[in-house]
Amino acid sequence: MHMALPRRTFYRAEAANERLIEPLDAMTLVYQRRSGITHIVAEPVPEILAAMGEDVVDANTIAERLALDFDLDLSEAEAVITARLEELASLGLVEKVPGKDA
Amino acid sequence: MHEFRVKVGPAAFRIGSAWRKPIAQLAELYSDYPTPDIPDFTVRLEATSLFRRFVRPSVAINGDYMLPDAAPLPLEQSLLAAEMGMNLQMALGWRRHLILHASAVEKDGRALIMTGASGSGKSTLSAMLGNKGWRFMGDEFVLLDVLTGEAVPFPRLVSLKNEAIGAMQATAFDGRFGPLLTGTPKGSICHLVPPKSAVAAMHIPAKPALLLFPQYGYEPAIREVPPEETFMRLTQASTNYVALGEAGFTSLTRFIRSVPARSIDYSSGFEAESLVERLWSQLA
Repeated sequence: MHMALPRRTFYRAEAANERLIEPLDAMTLVYQRRSGITHIVAEPVPEILAAMGEDVVDANTIAERLALDFDLDLSEAEAVITARLEELASLGLVEKVPGKDA
Repeated sequence: MHEFRVKVGPAAFRIGSAWRKPIAQLAELYSDYPTPDIPDFTVRLEATSLFRRFVRPSVAINGDYMLPDAAPLPLEQSLLAAEMGMNLQMALGWRRHLILHASAVEKDGRALIMTGASGSGKSTLSAMLGNKGWRFMGDEFVLLDVLTGEAVPFPRLVSLKNEAIGAMQATAFDGRFGPLLTGTPKGSICHLVPPKSAVAAMHIPAKPALLLFPQYGYEPAIREVPPEETFMRLTQASTNYVALGEAGFTSLTRFIRSVPARSIDYSSGFEAESLVERLWSQLA
């Protein structure tokens, strides 16, 4: 019997010139130009957005990029990053990119 | 309809009234202020019905911007109705500056801005400091210039409430007070005319230098307020942050980056004054 591997989900952050990012001490403000909404986010969301750049990436790639700068457990990090990406997608700050297979 | 026009800071108002008395009171209390040609906003004090213009007269606050469920006030409180109407126009309609619900005073070109809930003492403190060597800039709204970040004065009449009335009557300015309005939704209210010099300088902005969150009724204390808390509190204190969009965001974040914020607890005007002077002298 053939077991399908779970498909990886890919995401792309909104273009950098579509938002304004303002770090405060314990939180970061993200102003989204097209909606006029100010989002208040905490780590690791700003770090995730920075690691994404404008690329189409999955959680695993983001984890690998973050591991270059932060001391993190890759096996745990992927689930955390996926959860944050889903939240960001529901806010419209990242979009899911369909049709891209692993 | 009787009419009165007045310019407060950058905003020009036209107030129309079904009765002569509130217009006469406004004309007297605002006699130091310029009369504009073209108003930004119109406020209308109207009878809730033809009958109520004469019998137990009841004032409805109407204008360019209105609250649909605002309760009418008795005619004796029509001055309060006019002030509330003018504040409402600013809060809901002004777009040229980021509005903070705050009071402000100035010294050496730098502004001390105080914000907090009703009863925190921000209004009384601004009036008190305005009587002690500071320039009074406003007790209700601070207008932040979205390009320069400067605080622009809006020195309307000071709205003193309850025990602050007696305290200020004992010491204030040259002592020009409006009528004592009792039984208003906020208790007793008495309006105080700002010093002539503050009105004469109301076109001169100041660079924000210190933000205070005063709290009346506690032992004296000072606490540093972190920027994220300041942001939350100032978005709540701003009536047009969302309406201004990106200009609101950049103005507010610049303000938070550049202006230190402290909360101060105090239980008397004397304590508040000494805390303010101490913090002011510590500024770089």
